[in-house]
Amino acid sequence: MLHETVATDRRAFLRASLLAGGGLALNLSIPMPAMAAESGKAGATDPRLSAFVSIAPNGVVTIVGKNPEIGQGIKTMLPMLVAEELDADWDKVIIQQGDANAALYGSQIAGGSFATPQNWLPMRQTGAAARQMLVQAAATKLGVEPASLTTSKGRITHAASGRSLGYGDVASDAAKLPAPDLKTVPLKSPDKFVIIGKSKVGVDSHRIVRGEPIYGIDTRIPGMLYAAFESTPAFGAKLNGGKFDAAKASQGVRHVVQLKGDGTPDGVVDGVAVLATNWWLANQARSKLELDWDLSRAKGHSTEAYAVKANALMDGAPATEIRRDGDPDAKLAGAAKRLKARYDYPFLAHAPMEPQNCTALYKDGKLEIWAPTQNPAPGIKLIVAQLGMKEEDITLHLTRMGGGFGRRLTNDYMVQAAAIAKQVPGTPVKLLFSREDDIRRDFYRAAGWHEFEAGLDGQGKLVAMKDHFITFGDKDPTTGAGIAPGHTPAGLIPDFAIGRSMMPTVIATGYMRAPGSNALCFAFQSFLDEVAQAQGSDLPTLMLTLLGDRREVISPGEGGRGKMTFDTGRARDVIEKVMKTSAWTTKPSQPGRAKGFAFYYSHQGYFAEVVDASAKGDDIKVHKVWVAGDIGSQIINPMGAENQVRGSIIDGIAQALTGMEVQFVDGAPQQSNFHDYPLGRMPITPEIQIDWVLSTKSPTGLGEPALPPVIPALTNALFQATGKRVRSLPIKLAAA
Amino acid sequence: MPYKLMINGKLREVDAPGDMPLLWALRDELGMVGTKFGCGAGLCGACTVHVDGQAQRSCQTPIATVGKSKITTIEQIGATPIGAKLQEAWVEIDVMQCGYCQAGQIMSASALLAKTPRPTTEQIHEAMEGNICRCACYTRIEQGIRIAAGMEKTHAA
Repeated sequence: MLHETVATDRRAFLRASLLAGGGLALNLSIPMPAMAAESGKAGATDPRLSAFVSIAPNGVVTIVGKNPEIGQGIKTMLPMLVAEELDADWDKVIIQQGDANAALYGSQIAGGSFATPQNWLPMRQTGAAARQMLVQAAATKLGVEPASLTTSKGRITHAASGRSLGYGDVASDAAKLPAPDLKTVPLKSPDKFVIIGKSKVGVDSHRIVRGEPIYGIDTRIPGMLYAAFESTPAFGAKLNGGKFDAAKASQGVRHVVQLKGDGTPDGVVDGVAVLATNWWLANQARSKLELDWDLSRAKGHSTEAYAVKANALMDGAPATEIRRDGDPDAKLAGAAKRLKARYDYPFLAHAPMEPQNCTALYKDGKLEIWAPTQNPAPGIKLIVAQLGMKEEDITLHLTRMGGGFGRRLTNDYMVQAAAIAKQVPGTPVKLLFSREDDIRRDFYRAAGWHEFEAGLDGQGKLVAMKDHFITFGDKDPTTGAGIAPGHTPAGLIPDFAIGRSMMPTVIATGYMRAPGSNALCFAFQSFLDEVAQAQGSDLPTLMLTLLGDRREVISPGEGGRGKMTFDTGRARDVIEKVMKTSAWTTKPSQPGRAKGFAFYYSHQGYFAEVVDASAKGDDIKVHKVWVAGDIGSQIINPMGAENQVRGSIIDGIAQALTGMEVQFVDGAPQQSNFHDYPLGRMPITPEIQIDWVLSTKSPTGLGEPALPPVIPALTNALFQATGKRVRSLPIKLAAA
Repeated sequence: MPYKLMINGKLREVDAPGDMPLLWALRDELGMVGTKFGCGAGLCGACTVHVDGQAQRSCQTPIATVGKSKITTIEQIGATPIGAKLQEAWVEIDVMQCGYCQAGQIMSASALLAKTPRPTTEQIHEAMEGNICRCACYTRIEQGIRIAAGMEKTHAA
């Protein structure tokens, strides 16, 4: 496993220094060219990785949590890696949230499930290097060989003489030693782990249950005003002008500020902000604004019109070939049996519980920002570009976030807060979206349509498959709306094609938890279930047949970016595991109740899931979900990992079941709050059984890959239970 | 006009219009930001507080209607035995992911346990259905309530 280390790059460096006031500070910095290529738009901001750890003379170990925390548990998990190899006392480690600082910390992003694979080795190496320096310093002090010393919970012990030293006792001496070559720093073998693999409570949990102010929305700066922002009622709308007097005269209002955008939604947009001494007062006054909007640009951009156009496009040939293996058309023409089906899924809003917000203070030409952002670096760049600021004049503090799900990868609200603050120099401003703003000014999971065709030969073997995917875009798909040429089952069927046609849109789209996958998995795994039924077989059997021997299937990534490696052996293992744990071949005895299966590979994680569901009319109940997942050799924090999987499963079920869908009329979102955009609530929670399949590969991320398969596993179960094939989300059984 | 509100055992004065929801008096007038804004429409439960011991959505409670009622918020719920047990259980099994809704969850749960010390699953669902957790930590919220009620032994996941 160690050959995978990125830290052997000769441009990697480890810098040791003496803390002010004594003690050891270590900074690891590693170039990450591969990461920039893989992560694409969302992550390619600074291809460096860093780790920070310090040990004070009193022995206190401080580890900087550099990545943004959205509930994925990264603020706990990354420091666990450092503390493990450092042999620190976890209960006494202090975790400090780092500010946004690309020069210091390199990549700081909560997205793409990248943090675990990127940091697994570097974080441990940093801890191991610190430990080695402390041991060296202690050996000198005690006049013994380093090899005769052992470490545990922040202490160094010389067993032979019974003497021991705390890390703090030697931290200043250690700081004077040269930092070791990372290649030579030995790492623990996994059987020696005392922190990794043990359940650790989130580092902020005890503060959360007491209601302490740790979220972006909780930011309070003396003299702060609260801003409510009335902006574009439809995408692409332009503000012609308006009357602000009534709003200005309202109770508590101090300023009314107009913003002018460039027509794109992800930065400053046209609108009017009302600044008051209380957000509710600002929002009340906002309703008194009389604004004249030009809505012409979004004319015709409506849900119904998109569906009509998508179906017309599916009637024709794909505009672009994404992938073509063999000759699927010839194979289809000669097939003994042919299947054809159309699938679709809607636009979705992220709707994190904490509405978008940002606090900003513009003073003496400098900007200080407190932001809940998953992706700070592009936010700073956008402020530089749109507000004419210099990067060095911007300070960005990262706050904990009340959920992200990809919404906060886009920094529109941050740039807007900065633009408002810039108009009232010296006054801190907290911009807060109402829930209605949050749902109507989202960067939505794009809707999509698929026409699939498959051919079976005389023996029922799947001999050809085609997908014609209809999505949004002009030259390229809009954000999160593409498909990779390597999308499973690409590479597993010799005669296979994916084609794509696009329609232009004014609707802002973005990445949502398991982007692409959260929708594509439903379409592909449902259609393959149809194929399996036509064979008189079942989907896990069909998948195992398609997967064949254990091998690596390598495909190009989306848009030619990087490559995707798909390990058929790991896929087989999770499928076989879930067939066993769910007793797949044992059918529920109740009428109207059945099991369904789906498999998916995304974000380097392999997940096979079985859903046991029943339906009475339109009343659907999910009784139990079995999950088998392979995210590598090690589950770093089992308690956090289980929570991520449970959350993903319920999130997916809710997307399918509760009626979540954002519709548009002439570019204006029609949903606004949780009454018409219903999220999952406690009673939909099924029993969830999670089994890990540990492979030999380095651990990978878990915020996303467990979600996609649960949706088709549910719809496939409903087919077994009712005979109705769900080809459109959200599920409406009566219409299926 | 100024309103006198009994919040967490202290008399606090808020000079605001009577139709201002208690949520915004707490957050922006008094700086008590533990009570969270989620929807502003009584749909998500993030802003739940106790008014004379009853769970109530503070975003739907105009300050003029509070009168002499005693308000308890997340900042003070730990002073009650039930609140303290819930907080302890919540940390013990690490209920939360993002944690944003958990103030409201704990306030709803503590009102439930005050009235129904040993709730059935149906009673838990009924009491908690109004509280959305977008991260969907529902399994552990339910488990946390059982632990706090002494109906289940703690065992870390």
